[in-house]
Amino acid sequence: MDFVTFLIQVLNGVQYGFTLFLVASGLTLIFGIMGIINLAHGAFYMIGAYICFWLFGITDSLLIAIMAGIPIMFVFGYAIERLAISVLYKRDHLYQVLMTYGLILILNEMQKILWGSDFYSVPIPEVLSGSIPMGNQEYPVYRLFVSLVCMVVAAGMYVVIGKTKLGMMIRAGASNREMAQALGINISRVFAVVFSLGAALAGFSGMIDAPLSSVYPGMGNYILIISFVVIVIGGIGSVKGAFVGAMLVGLADTFGKVLVPEFSSMVIYALMALVLLWRPQGLFGRAT
Amino acid sequence: MTHSRPLLIFLLMALAALAAFPLIGEEFYQGLVIRLMIMGIFAMSLDLLIGFTGLVSFGHAAFFGLSGYLLAILTPEYGPVSIWIALPFCLAGTALAALVIGWFSVRTSGIYFIMITLAFAQMFYYYFNENQDLGGSDGIFIFFKPSVAIGDFQLLDLSNHNTFYYFVLVSLVISYLLLSNILKAPFGQVIRGIQANEARTLALGFNTRKYKLVSFVIAGTLAGFAGFLEASHGGIMSPAHLGWHESGIAMMIVILGGMGTLYGPVLGAFAMGFLQDYFQELWSDHWLLLMGAFVIAVVLFLPNGIAGLVAQLRRSKGDAP
Amino acid sequence: MSKNNKSRRNFIAGAAATTGLVAASSFIPSRFAIGATAPIKIGILLPYSGTYAMLGNSITNAMKMRIEQAGGRMGGRPIDYVAVDSEMSVPKAPQNTNKLILKEKVDFLVGPVHSGIAAAMAKIMGQRKTPIMIVPNAGSNAVTGPLCAPNIFRTSFSNWQPAYPGGVLMGKEGHKTCVTISWKYGAGIQMMAAGRDGFATTGGKSVKDILLPFPNVEFQAHLSEIAALKPDCVFAFFSGGGATKFLKDYEAAGLKDKIPLYGPGFLTEGVEKAAGSAADGIKTTLHYASNLDNRENHKFRADYEAAFGSGPNVFSVQGYDTGSLLLQAAAAVGGDVEATADVISVMETSKVPDSPRGPWAMSKAHNPIQNIYLRQVADGQQKLLGIAAEALEDPAAGCKMT
Repeated sequence: MDFVTFLIQVLNGVQYGFTLFLVASGLTLIFGIMGIINLAHGAFYMIGAYICFWLFGITDSLLIAIMAGIPIMFVFGYAIERLAISVLYKRDHLYQVLMTYGLILILNEMQKILWGSDFYSVPIPEVLSGSIPMGNQEYPVYRLFVSLVCMVVAAGMYVVIGKTKLGMMIRAGASNREMAQALGINISRVFAVVFSLGAALAGFSGMIDAPLSSVYPGMGNYILIISFVVIVIGGIGSVKGAFVGAMLVGLADTFGKVLVPEFSSMVIYALMALVLLWRPQGLFGRAT
Repeated sequence: MTHSRPLLIFLLMALAALAAFPLIGEEFYQGLVIRLMIMGIFAMSLDLLIGFTGLVSFGHAAFFGLSGYLLAILTPEYGPVSIWIALPFCLAGTALAALVIGWFSVRTSGIYFIMITLAFAQMFYYYFNENQDLGGSDGIFIFFKPSVAIGDFQLLDLSNHNTFYYFVLVSLVISYLLLSNILKAPFGQVIRGIQANEARTLALGFNTRKYKLVSFVIAGTLAGFAGFLEASHGGIMSPAHLGWHESGIAMMIVILGGMGTLYGPVLGAFAMGFLQDYFQELWSDHWLLLMGAFVIAVVLFLPNGIAGLVAQLRRSKGDAP
Repeated sequence: MSKNNKSRRNFIAGAAATTGLVAASSFIPSRFAIGATAPIKIGILLPYSGTYAMLGNSITNAMKMRIEQAGGRMGGRPIDYVAVDSEMSVPKAPQNTNKLILKEKVDFLVGPVHSGIAAAMAKIMGQRKTPIMIVPNAGSNAVTGPLCAPNIFRTSFSNWQPAYPGGVLMGKEGHKTCVTISWKYGAGIQMMAAGRDGFATTGGKSVKDILLPFPNVEFQAHLSEIAALKPDCVFAFFSGGGATKFLKDYEAAGLKDKIPLYGPGFLTEGVEKAAGSAADGIKTTLHYASNLDNRENHKFRADYEAAFGSGPNVFSVQGYDTGSLLLQAAAAVGGDVEATADVISVMETSKVPDSPRGPWAMSKAHNPIQNIYLRQVADGQQKLLGIAAEALEDPAAGCKMT
């Protein structure tokens, strides 16, 4: 391929990486900080998209739909954490896998009961609906906008976790739950907040992706697997790792499709296996 | 594993019921029970990993499916393949895959182990999904059940559904006894030690990584045996057999039945089979909702599974726990 | 101590009772045959859960509506429907099929949607003389190709049928080179092959054939590829959510106006509203168009909307015609559907004159010989432009019955 096309493919990969990061960031928070494997993460993504669709139907504005949708996702995540997740903190990973697998089934069916099996569309807002000419094609402005939003979220997460008191409590709870509790930090509440934050992030990425991908049953399935691949590559619990992992996966997937179409679907798994061989804890994970 | 009297009686009765079933059951129900027995073998093999070695593998269905595909590749379109060729080939192929995947996987632990086994299973899934020569997502046929013959003399006619039923039943019993004996042996003690506390077992001088790998290969090969039976039974193999949903259901069966008991997962397989049918009758459009609620209920209220209930009875009788 | 003995006894008794119940239930006769007024049993194996539930429901609704309209009886006999959720699961297909054939002993088996399940069913059917299987959707060429059998019929289409005329159309509109893109599974591969064959008859050539893993919907990399290759046109097959995304991505990448997009009707069928401007102007070929101007279609659409609250789709038409075929066959044998050979010979020579898709007939390979219509999306609706191929018959390569 010529140089211009190569650059455009790099842009494709990076832009895909940004959207992956947004989705995976919530998962790595929940996973890394609470030690909870949340298989229902893809379902949260899907619910975010449906809530956005529903609110858009009422308000006719994507912005309002998202602004209203995020708190709804947060509350929803909080409810799930209190009702289903908190009982599993002391239990084996296996039970978390199963519990959240059960949640997937329930959430998927609830979605179908509420909204049916048809697929829906959320239009891109007028102001962002243009395309920028780039070589022999055009690049949709909305995609660039989504990448920008992801960058802002990434920066925000870095600041909150690294530089605020809440972030410190979260990090303390992640390293040593008992100790943090002994120091007077209400770990249960911190964990509830983190889970809700993770759910809200997943839902938000579903909302912001909705204009691009349309809203349909099972839209979270693929997202789930690929999110896990991203955070395992990056290192569980590390937001920086999730970012790097997302970029690697985005680029590997994009160039895999173009260079080795026969095996493109296996490329990201091969990448994950390679990383785990070299560093079993992921690129930026804590060595166990 | 020593069993108490009541438990032994229960197991023998269940075995007798299974053995007697073809005399009264219609062909369709026989087919259903055959599938449940095969799932039982598959679940037992997973229990070896989850319940006794402490390795949560999320990619176990890969071995199940791989073996089935190997049989499909070996079986020609116009006649059966000999079991003396097919079975060793399928088992060897699966064992090799388990060796390779296991070698990579046992270097990790905890969640990473779960993820890397999932990753490898996904690679297998996508390989078969993409490979159009093997049918792609539509799957591939196994036209004939393997032939069991010496020269021209036929030992067993597996296409007779009664014969095949007993063939699977005997396989189930042999698998159970095999695993049971492995676990009674010193090897079994070591892997149970690894599950309880790997660091301590390591400190005692055991190469835990090697033991985990051996356990992984045994489990994978046995799963391959189940896959061989499934391919013979259903006559079709598809990438879905290798998918993570299948692995997830297997885990569910192990927990529902009671992990760490060997016979529990077999009970779990039967329970799941009937439950699925029951839920579908109750609410055909959204039965998955009921299934999801059930899964959550099991996690919350029945963590030791059905076998746990049975064990409680055993305990309350005054035996040592 | 006695309390525990009791609970143990209860437990064992319970286990025995359960086993007994399961065994006993297999004794209960699944149907009471009292002569000719015994109901005809129609088994249905379609997806009722999951992403494809919409297809399962559309087909079932329309088929039942058709039979209801004829008085709810076939050849004078009442009907028993037994529906099993296929879950689009190939591993469960043999068991589900056997449930309907062996346990329920159905007279007819309607299904499936998924080609892999169709293959599994066809394999079982090919070894039996009864029941009769009617495929209301799965387009796999093999079902009326190498897997064809006397007791297997199809009322939908073969993957070749809607795609081949699309390829011819591209050539007719002056294009010489194209790129094909679809999912890498049976339907995608077969439709792309058919499109290429059609295109080749006009001298056209495909410069690249792109296949994505199913159901991946990340098209960006491939769209950039297409832009770099600069073909005259693009031939694509996706359906449902994937089709919506592809259309939108194609437009957003600025390709829609530069490189015309074609494909089998599924590319734009049912997604017109969701895709909005991205679908406008796209020409596709399909064996049905919603605004076909015949009496049957108008009545069908009105009736379906009145009964189910939303408009029918191509899958409903297929279900409706399945009902017609069943009614016709039962009437011709006076309700004696147990005489399978007679039913088969009636079905083989079936003409379905009152189908919403226009009249069609059954081919020797048991696939519809039907018109393929040219449609174009305008104002969020499919506009009928004409007939792209009249009475098109699938070549049925590999079928031993032709």
